[in-house]
Amino acid sequence: MRLAIDQIAAIVRKDIILELRTREAITAMLVFAVMAIVMFNFALRLRVDTFRPLTPGVLWVTLIFAGTLGLSRSISAEQLNQCIDGLLLAPCDRSVIFAGKALTNVIFTSLVAMLILPLMAILFDEALMQPGVWVVLAFGVIGYAGAGTLIATMAASTRAREVFLPILLFPVALPLLVASVIATAGFLDRLPLAEFAPWIGMQAAFIVIFWTAGTLLFEYLVES
Amino acid sequence: MSLLLSAHQIGKLYGLRPVLRGVSLQAQGGEFIALLGPNGAGKTTLLRILATLMRPDSGTLTICGSNALAHPDRARAHIGLVAHASLAYADLSAQENLMFYGRLYGIQHAELERRVEDALRRMNLWLRRGDPARTFSRGMLQRLTIARALLHNPPLLLLDEPFTGLDQTSAAHLSGLLRELVGQGRAVIMATHELGRSLDGVTRAVILKGGQVSEELRDDLTPDRLAARMRDVSSHDAPRH
Repeated sequence: MRLAIDQIAAIVRKDIILELRTREAITAMLVFAVMAIVMFNFALRLRVDTFRPLTPGVLWVTLIFAGTLGLSRSISAEQLNQCIDGLLLAPCDRSVIFAGKALTNVIFTSLVAMLILPLMAILFDEALMQPGVWVVLAFGVIGYAGAGTLIATMAASTRAREVFLPILLFPVALPLLVASVIATAGFLDRLPLAEFAPWIGMQAAFIVIFWTAGTLLFEYLVES
Repeated sequence: MSLLLSAHQIGKLYGLRPVLRGVSLQAQGGEFIALLGPNGAGKTTLLRILATLMRPDSGTLTICGSNALAHPDRARAHIGLVAHASLAYADLSAQENLMFYGRLYGIQHAELERRVEDALRRMNLWLRRGDPARTFSRGMLQRLTIARALLHNPPLLLLDEPFTGLDQTSAAHLSGLLRELVGQGRAVIMATHELGRSLDGVTRAVILKGGQVSEELRDDLTPDRLAARMRDVSSHDAPRH
């Protein structure tokens, strides 16, 4: 168990060092997210008086689209020089590699979320900087990174992986998107927690399902 | 000598096309086996199966006494692979690449630092240890690849066309290194097209053709004789008019 944790830490550390050197994933995700939020802000302002009902949807659609850029980069970086084979040669269970890659995606997407949240709070004039929203955000990002890493691995073996990733991932992520939007709206509207707690439960279920599936299926995806 | 690898009746299909058809191969410590054969003979596929990167559709594989198909993670600790590609992260330095792979093998930090330094010095990369791998020449990348493959001290070394693209000096260095590793009691299995210097020290040649072992040679493994045998094998594939 200790060795597995060390191996996961080694993969995460390596990905962070590579990202600090190249700044490819986070820069692309962040620029996309900021552009999307600014464009939503201008576009929606023309037709609505209040952003309140739209804010959770804009936040999550932006985050999911931006996250896809990072997911794509995460796996394609391993394909350069066939580095993925180097990972697969390590004396560890394949689930360790999945966990390392997914955890890196959680960190990168969380970083982007933390940076765009204050921007959205200002532009949309919403109380997004509150612990409840952060919890929903954390659950959503963890679930999305789990499903995204699994599906990005699946798409990586296809020629048009940049096209296939969103086509495969977005339908799968739809339940998570719905749950995250409703749970975020619940906190913004200051509803009693009991009213939207099941949606947070759905986020948790999504995490369990896709991290378990990733752990079990990653081996077959990388070897096929 | 101990039996380090035993592959029995390995079969592999790509779709409906058989790539390997009942290949059996054994390797003992101190053996240097050359895997020869024309393009498409199945050399790379066989090496990937032996390295546990790919599962065969049939057959058994035992590496250092453990069932490599049932417990591949145990077997991997005994395998070093030098593949076509370097498996090096272009934006990590040589030292960072080796430190990363060493961590994956569970080598403790102090020991790992010592091994990385030894490996870099031995491969004449110490002075370039801080440079990103993307700035390395083909020969330097190949030396880094070999350093990575040997970092965890594996008794079994698998090489896929390791001499491709190397200049004479690098090729001579690699050839000497392989003989030294065999002398230490390791088993080396090398897929190659080249029948010159790369075969120095080879103790057995296995010729693959059409996914099967066509011939196994143990004596008189001179480049001329192997070239003649390879020509014979290839000529059977030549179109008839």
